[in-house]
Amino acid sequence: MTSASAFEFVDRVTSDLCFVARGASVEDVFAASAEALLAATVEDPGTVTARVRRSLALEEPALDLLLLRFLNELIYWKDAEQLLLRPETLRVSQAGAARLEAQLAGERIDPSRHRLEGDVKAATAHGLRVGPGGGDGGWEAAVTLDV
Amino acid sequence: MGRPPKLRAIGPASYELPIGFKPGMRVPVRVYGTEKLVAEMDDQVYQQAANVATLPGIVRASFCMPDAHWGYGFPIGGVAAVDAETGVISPGGIGFDINCGMRLVRTKLRWPEVQPRLRKLVDALAARVPAGVGSRGFVRATPDEFREVLRGGARWAVRNGYGTRDDLAFTEAQGCFEGADPDCVSERAVERGRRQIGTLGSGNHYLEIQVVRPEGIFDAELAEAFGLGFPEQVVVMFHCGSRGFGHQVATDYLHEFLRAMPQKFGFPVIDRELACAPFASREGRDYYAAMCCAANMSFANRQVILHRIREVFSELFGRDPDALGIENVYDVSHNTAKLERVRLDGVERRLLVHRKGATRAFPPGHPELPPAYRATGQPVIIGGSMETGSYVLAGVASGEASFFSTAHGSGRRMSRTRARKLVRGRELQDRMSARGILVHAASQRGLAEEAGFAYKDVDEVAEATELAGLSRRVVHLLPVGNVKG
Repeated sequence: MTSASAFEFVDRVTSDLCFVARGASVEDVFAASAEALLAATVEDPGTVTARVRRSLALEEPALDLLLLRFLNELIYWKDAEQLLLRPETLRVSQAGAARLEAQLAGERIDPSRHRLEGDVKAATAHGLRVGPGGGDGGWEAAVTLDV
Repeated sequence: MGRPPKLRAIGPASYELPIGFKPGMRVPVRVYGTEKLVAEMDDQVYQQAANVATLPGIVRASFCMPDAHWGYGFPIGGVAAVDAETGVISPGGIGFDINCGMRLVRTKLRWPEVQPRLRKLVDALAARVPAGVGSRGFVRATPDEFREVLRGGARWAVRNGYGTRDDLAFTEAQGCFEGADPDCVSERAVERGRRQIGTLGSGNHYLEIQVVRPEGIFDAELAEAFGLGFPEQVVVMFHCGSRGFGHQVATDYLHEFLRAMPQKFGFPVIDRELACAPFASREGRDYYAAMCCAANMSFANRQVILHRIREVFSELFGRDPDALGIENVYDVSHNTAKLERVRLDGVERRLLVHRKGATRAFPPGHPELPPAYRATGQPVIIGGSMETGSYVLAGVASGEASFFSTAHGSGRRMSRTRARKLVRGRELQDRMSARGILVHAASQRGLAEEAGFAYKDVDEVAEATELAGLSRRVVHLLPVGNVKG
C-alpha cells in the first residue's frame, strides 16, 4: 500500500452514507475504504492505534463483492469484539476468483479516547463499484454504508 | 425529485403507475400521498417500486406509503404481498434492521410533575439504555441462551423477569414470531448480537419522552381507549430493532440468494439489493426462519428496554411502576414479512406480506388484535423527527386496499451528508433546548444528521394516510426529552 489513498463522503442517498475512495492500486482503494469506514465510526481515525491484530483471508467471485465482504468483516469485528481495525498489510489477487489476504491492526473501542460517531451496520451492494478511475491509472471505489 | 408523467391520480391521496412503466412489471405501482408528498418523492422511489412490481408471485400492486423514500432494493415505505406458494421472499423487502419497530408506553404522570426532573430523567434513561457505537446491554447471554431469545422473543424477556404478561398482550404477535429456527442463523450473527439486548443503536433510533396536549387529540374516544385520554399526560416512545444481529442475518442471506438466483432459480439480478428466493425453496424457508429469529431478538430488545424504563421512572419518582401506570400501549414492527390469510377476488389465499418501513394496521374486529383493541382497531405508531412530534393512529377497514399497511415515520427528504453541512450537532441541541426539547446525543454528528429539516412533514404524512383510507389519526404527541442513538 502507498500513502496515495484517500476518500470523501458524497451526497448520493437520503438515508445513509456514501463514500468514494481512490488510490494508486487496488490495495490502496481497499485500505482507503477501510479508513472511510473508520471515519464514519470515530471522529478522528488517528486515535485508533495498533494494539491487537487479526488475520483475514477472503474469496469472492468478483472484486466489488470482495470489497463488500472485507468491509462487512471489519463491521463484524466492531460489533462482536468491539474492535476498530484497519489493514496493516493487504494483498488482493484476481486470478479467477477475487482473493484478499490481510493483517488487520487496531484496538478495542475506548470511549475515553475515541469520540464515537455513527454505528455502521453494513456495507451494502447499492451502487457498489470498484475499478480503474480517478485519473493517472489509479483505482476508485464507491460504497454505501447503512448507518 | 422526479414525478413520472405516467403517474395518475386514482382517488384521494392515491396514485398509480401502470404496468409497462418498466419492463417485466406484473402489477402496477400504487403510491399514497398528498400532492406535496408525491412531488417531493425522489425518482428512485418510483424506479425501485417498479422493480418490486416485477417480483414473481406479487399480487395487486407494489405499494409506496406517504413517507416513502429511497431504500435498498425496496423503497423504504414499500409494501409487497406475494403468493406464499408461487412467490418469493426478499431481504430487501424487509430491511436490514429486521423488525425495526416502535413501542409506545403510557404513564399516569402529568407534564408539570415531570418537567422539574426532566434533565435527570433523560440522563438516567441514556445511562440505562445504551446507545451508539459498540454499546452493550446489561443482559449477559451465552450463545445457547441467546438462541433461546431467538425462539422466544419478548416472551423470553418476560419469563426472565423483564416485563409482564400484559406487555405481551399489547405487542404485535404477542412478541414472538412463530417459525423461528436458530439453526438457520450463522454463528457470526449470534456472536454479533448476543451482547446487544437492551441497546438502542444509532442512526434514526431514539427514545423520547412526549406529552399529550389537548390540541393534539384528534379522536378523544379512541385516545381514551388507548389509555391516552388525559391532557399533559407523559408517554415514552422508542424506536429500535434487531441491531447488528438482524443486519448479519440479512447480509448472510443476501449473499446466499445472489449466488442461487442465476444458478439455481434462473432469476435475473436487476438490483443486487433486491435479491430474492422462492419462498417455497430451501433458501427461502431458511431465510424466513432466520428472519423470525431476528424479529424475536428485536421484540426481546424492546421488552428489555421497557423494563429499564420502568426501573428509571420508579427510582426517580419513588413509586413502583404499577403506581406510575407504566404500561405498554402497543409495540408494532415496520420491517417484516408476515404470512397472512387474505381474501383476494373471493378466494382465501396465504400471502407473504413484505412491509419495509411500513406499519401493519389491522382494522376494528380483526381476530389478531387483543380484546382491548378489538373495537378500536390496532394502534399505529408513526415516529416523527425529534423536533416535530409523532402520531398515534388506528387501523381502519378501508386499509384492506394496502393489505392493512400504513406509514411508519416522516421519511427522510435530505441526505445525512447534506444535513450535517447545514447544522452542527451542538447548535441544533441548543436550538431544541430553547424550544423546550432536551436532547442527550451519543454523537453530535449523528444528532445533526437527524435534524427536523432532514425529514418530510410528519403532519402531512399522517393526514395523507387518513385521506387515502389507510389509518386514522388519534393523537399527536409532542417531544420534550430525547435520548438519541
